[in-house]
Amino acid sequence: MDLSAINPILLLASLMVAATPILLAAIGELVVERAGVLNLGVEGMMITGAVSGFIVAVATGNPWIGFLGAAAGGAALSLVFGVLTQYLLSNQVATGLALTLFGLGLSALMGQGYLGIRAPAFPDVHVPLLADIPVIGPIVFQHDPMVYGGLLIVAGVYGFLHHSRAGLILRAVGENHDAAHALGYHVRRTRMLAIAFGGACAGLGGAYLSLVRVPQWTEGMTAGAGWIALAIVVFAGWKPWRLVLGAYLFGGVTVLQLNLQAAGAAVPVEYLSMSPYLATILVLVIMASGRSPGSLGRTFHAAR
Amino acid sequence: MIRRTLLASGVAAAALMAAGLPALAQDEPTKVGFVYVGPVGDGGWTFEHNQARLAVEEEFGDAVETVFVESVPEGPDAVRVLTDMALQGADLIFTTSFGYMDQTIEVASKFPDVKFEHATGFKTAPNVAAYNARFYEGRAVQGHIAGHVTESNIIGYIGSFPIPEVIQGINSAYLAAKAVNPDVEFKIVWAYTWFDPAKEAESANVLIEQGADVILQHTDSTAPQAAAQAAGNVYTFGQASDMAEYAPMPRVSSIIDNWAPYYIERTRAVIDGTWETQSVWQGIADGMVGIGEITDAVPAEVKVTAEAIRDGIVAGTMHPFTGPINKQDGSVWLAEGETADDETLLGMNFYVEGIEGDIPQ
Repeated sequence: MDLSAINPILLLASLMVAATPILLAAIGELVVERAGVLNLGVEGMMITGAVSGFIVAVATGNPWIGFLGAAAGGAALSLVFGVLTQYLLSNQVATGLALTLFGLGLSALMGQGYLGIRAPAFPDVHVPLLADIPVIGPIVFQHDPMVYGGLLIVAGVYGFLHHSRAGLILRAVGENHDAAHALGYHVRRTRMLAIAFGGACAGLGGAYLSLVRVPQWTEGMTAGAGWIALAIVVFAGWKPWRLVLGAYLFGGVTVLQLNLQAAGAAVPVEYLSMSPYLATILVLVIMASGRSPGSLGRTFHAAR
Repeated sequence: MIRRTLLASGVAAAALMAAGLPALAQDEPTKVGFVYVGPVGDGGWTFEHNQARLAVEEEFGDAVETVFVESVPEGPDAVRVLTDMALQGADLIFTTSFGYMDQTIEVASKFPDVKFEHATGFKTAPNVAAYNARFYEGRAVQGHIAGHVTESNIIGYIGSFPIPEVIQGINSAYLAAKAVNPDVEFKIVWAYTWFDPAKEAESANVLIEQGADVILQHTDSTAPQAAAQAAGNVYTFGQASDMAEYAPMPRVSSIIDNWAPYYIERTRAVIDGTWETQSVWQGIADGMVGIGEITDAVPAEVKVTAEAIRDGIVAGTMHPFTGPINKQDGSVWLAEGETADDETLLGMNFYVEGIEGDIPQ
């Protein structure tokens, strides 16, 4: 075993990159679930975002516009889910699953002709001054902007949910939609907005894969990341900061186990491979998870 | 009594329809099913199987109808897909990944009239044939080039699952690299997936961070190629498909799977009614394994010697596993001049001497 081959600075740096797509998708889903809607279509929205972001970025040559396109693509797909579940009152679980299948197929169709094409480069930002700090600088302050964008979105969601009136309404709708409705709040409108936000975030997470982390378009490239994001929302107890912990832990252990393998660590590879899942579940469960929103997954009908 | 009546009427009906039968047989196309482990757009393994499916359609036109299911998980779920395909009237089903082996055998026992072809496995049945390609022959060419072009003397290898097919490739590449560069070292990462672009890219990045300047992959997507391109100055090889969009750098050559001739031959056998179970293992000489063009990023003299290895394998004068070769623990595997037999290769579960680390069991 040659652990000196692992460069801890590079390891911690790639940890943040590995965690970002899951973090983005999960924070969107967290808002959706806090509004009382269970959208199992995260995987489908992610992959749709991955392909629409890639197409827009290639067409314009600008990854920033690509990310905007990804958010729009993810949100558009999520609104299909929104209309079906909020206005046509379809079953949320079945509709969400269908959304994933639909997204996988739609993205494969849209992505025809984009295989093997290179995405425009997305340069890292070097945060002025801070990036030059020894050790910590390269780890924390020399990434592509979306790594920080993800963390800013989490901070924004936390502030919104806990320190704004609109956030309070959103939580009220998620806890008890009948009471919220009786108080005169627009349950459907609130939920549609939350669903669109969740779709946009999932789209950003997908585009992070196709534009930064891989970076290319390949069919089915999310390969289950959306499901991990869904699980992390639950294990994080619907709390934004725990969600960051969960995503970073998962991303971190994933990268660490690959590093240990390459360095020839004397731990059986099977254990290393399962370690990201085990570590994430263990830590988040031990921290005692929160209570799920009271109206989560229930259909709302104003007449009743 | 009833049975005899039935038989008699059956004969009568058959006689009546005899004139119409050939026309009927033509109207009913032979249905060929394909089960894929990844999406058809993976740019690698499944992409090539799908190209071969299209070649079958091209060859037979209206006489054949093909169906496929992509991204089928290896394991129990494959049973459902296979059963469904057989119930829908498939006459011949290709299951194109190692992990479908037991499921193929299981479903085949329930549908004795349906022919099955399983890729890269070792089990057969009266209606199940096995076919495989000698990828390790191509790995010897890659290892030769890798041993020459590496400057850090560290070659990264992204493994999928620790099965004989993958281990053959690692050993073959290592022996070829070691032959031209005694200081070469292999770093092996097991991704435990055939297809997960993010994980494959990550594995490539980890290997590059740990000093590898050549990456060999035994996973299906082009993600490691993109990662190597982003890192710059890292060499890669196309896997399963040419991946020419990454030439001339990082992709300097490739192993190309060419399943089309085999699929056409076996489909024709089903149409003609001559299909029989078999187990074939074809290599570069048969055309099932192709070596993609070696680009100018490789020094000209290395290109010449690499092509000499390829030609030697085709001519049968060179075998990637020619003794003396010791196993990892130092025990003798092949004596001087001895070549490996197919049985040992098909069950290969050991590294050769010089490779560090353990194979996950």
